[in-house]
Amino acid sequence: MGQGGSIVPFAGWRRTRLLGESPLRQAIRSVGDRVVRLAEEVVGQDIDARIAGIETHPNEVGHDPFGFDPETSRYALAVAALLHRRYFRTQIFGIDRVPAGRVLIVANHSGQLPIDAVMIGSAMMLDANPPRFPRSMVETWTAELPFISTLYPRLGQVVGSPENARRLLQQEESLIVFPEGARGISKTFDQRYQLTDFGLGFVRLALETQTPIVPVAVIGGEEQYPSIADFKPLARLLRMPAFPVMPQIFFGMIAPLPTRYRLYFGEPFRFAGDPDDDDSAIEEKVWLVKSTIQSMVNRGLRERKGVFI
Amino acid sequence: MLITGICGRLGKLLARELHRTDRVVGVDRRPFDDRPKDIVHHQVDMRRKKMKDIFRGRNIRAVVHLGVLHDPRRSESERHSWNIVAFQKLLGYMSQYEVPKLVVLSGANVYGPQPNNPQFLTEDAPLLGAQHYGGMRDLVELDMLAQSFFWKHPGTETVVLRPCHIVGRVHNAASNYLRLERPVMVMGFDPMTQVVHERDVVRAIRLALRPGLRGIFNIRGPGEMPLSHLVRQAGGRPRLVPSPIAKVALDQLWKLRLSSFPAQELDHLRYVCMVDDSRARTELEYEPAHSIDRVLKDVRRLRYQLD
Repeated sequence: MGQGGSIVPFAGWRRTRLLGESPLRQAIRSVGDRVVRLAEEVVGQDIDARIAGIETHPNEVGHDPFGFDPETSRYALAVAALLHRRYFRTQIFGIDRVPAGRVLIVANHSGQLPIDAVMIGSAMMLDANPPRFPRSMVETWTAELPFISTLYPRLGQVVGSPENARRLLQQEESLIVFPEGARGISKTFDQRYQLTDFGLGFVRLALETQTPIVPVAVIGGEEQYPSIADFKPLARLLRMPAFPVMPQIFFGMIAPLPTRYRLYFGEPFRFAGDPDDDDSAIEEKVWLVKSTIQSMVNRGLRERKGVFI
Repeated sequence: MLITGICGRLGKLLARELHRTDRVVGVDRRPFDDRPKDIVHHQVDMRRKKMKDIFRGRNIRAVVHLGVLHDPRRSESERHSWNIVAFQKLLGYMSQYEVPKLVVLSGANVYGPQPNNPQFLTEDAPLLGAQHYGGMRDLVELDMLAQSFFWKHPGTETVVLRPCHIVGRVHNAASNYLRLERPVMVMGFDPMTQVVHERDVVRAIRLALRPGLRGIFNIRGPGEMPLSHLVRQAGGRPRLVPSPIAKVALDQLWKLRLSSFPAQELDHLRYVCMVDDSRARTELEYEPAHSIDRVLKDVRRLRYQLD
């Protein structure tokens, strides 16, 4: 095939398509570049320099074994930076408390969509010096969703499993963990800022890998999508963890409300002990972390003047 | 040294490397025409009595079991009889004649691609390969049989190798896929994928034949990359097909005997099934020697010779 000098119409175009990029890819790139430039102008920070500062552990062929892709991530960081600085006008307190090397960032979870993870992530990338690239552990079922399952790994998100967490911490990376999981994010409005039960896994992991735990209180997430009920039968039908009923959707407001986010980073905990200890012994340490975050949340709520200012 | 399935691509490569230093006996149903003179080849079915004579006459030091039938077109009972019954007989002879070494080539497929897999599977991970695809059942069972032989017969050093997708100049599913001009990818999925060169697997088998080594080892290739990158680097252009359509189409093609990819194998194009080879690196002292460029060059070499 392709032998001799046969005349094919659009041969040049076909050749560039074969060798170069598809038109869709070129379109994505040009839009993405524009977003990055806009974000750099608005935020006043060099997005590409921040991305270049990320230290991962590429394999022999130059790929991150977990699928992180700097090209996709710079677009995502640009969008996150706009949300972080302009839309949610996030305030950050005590980010210098995050120690270098391996670390578990443990935070309260809220807001129906995991924008709190995006806010913590962009704070670590844009406000920490040097920039820290946090990975977060995502629900397993996201790996079954088309496009999401491609996008998340490219942004450095990892399917939540103890093996993955252990491997990343041993590579001195930072992980964002929400021990409340789906219980926390799908709370209804009446339970705002009341932490639900924490899982025990994160403390066992910290003990096993001797990782400091940084407690983080996230304020502002609970008001972005107030939910008045959880429609459980529909959630079961769609195999989702919860199906929140959000009044603002009925008024055509699909975007989250522009609440002001406040992130409080606490002093790191450094636990010592046996990772295979009884649940009761682990629960004590979990309770310590949880109550610290709850009191940081309460203090943050007292300090703020309003939801949107 | 006895090699079963010697007429396969890996068997031939291994025999060519070993026959200079060891006396090699081959067993296969197929003829081994261009074999080196000093290799003794028996063209027998492994289920036949003649296998016993092969063991009886000689002092066999090691058995490398490569005679595994992978063809998804064969019926379940035929595959079972070939992969399990024949292997059980082989294990029987091994314990009867006290052969000190057994190397079994299993594969990372026995873990199975799943959405909740950790990014890297260790040797202790459960073998769930047959959970969604019944065609894998006999290969999982084969691996289990080798494991139980490992525990029951401590006198024999049993080594089970579980390499990721083996590619090269071999005609297997993974290599044929990478040779396609427009390979199908499932829209919205781009799992990280590992491939390993056939010669690296042969080297791992040789390393496993050293005395004193036993256990299960995952074998990894020269680095993992997203499937789309692998396809592009192999010179193909992915054809993105939504998963329900791909499933139905592949099912139909399978029924019409136009394709030899079972639709359940699509999971390999959707979910990760990658292995952690740290045990092979430390204990087996195995390192992949062929770079990804070399691997894909060898895959491509046969592109237009496909029939």
